[in-house]
Amino acid sequence: MDLSTGQRMDAHDGTAVAERSYAEAAALAVRREMERDASVVVLGEDVGRGGIFGQYAGLQARFGAQRVIDTPISEAAIMGAGVGMALAGLRPVVEMRVVDFALCGMDELVNQAAKNRYMFGGQGRVPMVARMPGGIWDASAAQHSQSLEAWFAHLPGVVVVCPATPQDNYSLLRAAMQCDDPVVYIEHKTLWGARASVDESHNVPLGQARRVRNGDALTLVSWSRQVQVCDEACERLAAEGIAVDLIDLRTLWPWDRDTVLASCARTGRLLVVHEAVQAGGFGAEVAAAAGETTGCRVARLGAPRIPVGYAPVLEAQSRVDAAAIAQAARRLLDHDTR
Amino acid sequence: MNSSPVDACERRALYRTMLRIRAFENAAEVASQGGVSAYGQQAAGAAKVRGPLHLSTGQEAVPAGVCAHLTRRDYLTSTHRGHGHTLAKGAELTRMMCELFGKATGFNGGKGGSMHIADFSVGMLGANGVVAAGLPIAVGAAHAQKLRASQDAGATGRDITVCFFGDGAINRGPFLEALNWARVYALPVLFVCEDNRWSATTSSGPMTAGDGASARAQALDIPATQVDGNDVFAVHAAAAALVAQVRDGRGPRLLHALTYRVKGHVSVDAAAYRDPDELAAALDTDPIARARDVLLGEGVSAAELDALESEALVEVQEALAAADAAPWPDPCAAFTDVQDMGAGQWI
Repeated sequence: MDLSTGQRMDAHDGTAVAERSYAEAAALAVRREMERDASVVVLGEDVGRGGIFGQYAGLQARFGAQRVIDTPISEAAIMGAGVGMALAGLRPVVEMRVVDFALCGMDELVNQAAKNRYMFGGQGRVPMVARMPGGIWDASAAQHSQSLEAWFAHLPGVVVVCPATPQDNYSLLRAAMQCDDPVVYIEHKTLWGARASVDESHNVPLGQARRVRNGDALTLVSWSRQVQVCDEACERLAAEGIAVDLIDLRTLWPWDRDTVLASCARTGRLLVVHEAVQAGGFGAEVAAAAGETTGCRVARLGAPRIPVGYAPVLEAQSRVDAAAIAQAARRLLDHDTR
Repeated sequence: MNSSPVDACERRALYRTMLRIRAFENAAEVASQGGVSAYGQQAAGAAKVRGPLHLSTGQEAVPAGVCAHLTRRDYLTSTHRGHGHTLAKGAELTRMMCELFGKATGFNGGKGGSMHIADFSVGMLGANGVVAAGLPIAVGAAHAQKLRASQDAGATGRDITVCFFGDGAINRGPFLEALNWARVYALPVLFVCEDNRWSATTSSGPMTAGDGASARAQALDIPATQVDGNDVFAVHAAAAALVAQVRDGRGPRLLHALTYRVKGHVSVDAAAYRDPDELAAALDTDPIARARDVLLGEGVSAAELDALESEALVEVQEALAAADAAPWPDPCAAFTDVQDMGAGQWI
């Protein structure tokens, strides 16, 4: 038993499989990479106490305050120092606390981290993982509930990852930490407690989608927490005899075009669902690419273009629920049988 | 003033560094005319150096005096006005000119130009198009140096980072965040405020509360020294003391060097908005003319100093010719060094 984390220390035999939360899976991923590579450091607010979601639990006790660095509330300096550390040979994981706060370090991410390699002609590299949990955090209102992944997918120079399960959070975080380019790593604020089996030996490469369900009626693409909601919608549709091909994109940039487009070519219909505002969302990119390439029918479903409200009845207006997804799927199917 | 032969050699080297920067800036200025549409000028299309060119003419004493204390293992971050820092850190002048021309043989392969001039091989981690952006990067590099020194028993722990920024930068948030960070972790970083009195076309004084860079550093418990930034020997001496303290592991220091931006914000800016008397007074304190007077007074011959100037001019003329003759980047290079995964047209 590891007293610092309360977890069984059952790894190292190459076959370790255990049920873990999304947060525990992330902490384990960072632990394994820090054990493997002395150049890995973590920096951010509150990481010494495990981070506000427990995603760094036990790491400072294990690796010391020099490698798991508590920082002032200085997002620009956290992100910018991460760039400088990376240029000087370290592999920093920088914690932004929530994606909404990452906006205070935007120049350092967009103008510095993402452009360094290109702008300086390949003289340097920035192998940095910028973690910035996104999505609606219950009752947290407009500045703690945003889904901004499309901003970063639009930005040349970065990889964008949105893990939906504990296994993916373990495997993709390790892959992100091994990537030699900056990675924007967007965990979901309400998935931290989600538990599932995590196999430490299971690798997931960046850029590879996951097929959650097989079906021929339509292709349904989503990512992050919304994959769960889509899965609920698929249950309802299955009861109606509609078999959905549900794909969890996992990595938004580069996204797995081969898997998605092959599915669209087979089903002839694509619905993309995300928690982010629908207008200008990443679903538009996926839908346009599918339409251009396969000629399939496409539809998108995201949040209305409003900030997230506080009161439950207001917050609910920004949520895309299983009923709405199922309805959008039926509409897509009805259209071409009409 | 009496000086040893070694000192005399160093002092001539400082003078030579300033001459090379001045010659580079003057040549780049000429090559940039008609290169950008701004300040009432229209790009003519024929300029060899295109886009905004920020000249450090008249500010040469600051990089010369500071960088004389650095090795290639020390890191340096710079600003949009970074040619002098880059040359003084040891970058090859010809490859710099090639980069300003946008040629394949430039340090960045033509991808960066003047605003992103860099030579990582000598520890020069880049000029920057965003004011104050180099400060957090510098503290990160210094943080890595400190961590590495603590991990590696064989390390001397004496590598440092020098961070140049202007007087305009102290009004941006990253200045506070970076100085606080450096002090909190006692990092080996020397901040150098190269105070040229102007924030683009706005005088910095009326835009800055309090007593400026030194006072702000001292408020964060970072010892600061103010120096006449147009006196290369004074800058050299002040930097010597501060660099020694930083190398000794005593934490960050700040050097506030008072100089003057002789040219406009960019090379096509005639700077008609400022008082001609202010410029005239600044030109009277030109760092190269002052250093020459000092060296002559110490017995260095005018012929020797003239020869150094001629060498610098010849070097720059050869660099211009080399840059002119160098090939453009292959258009395919636009798609390289973006990122390992997912770069390109993606259609």
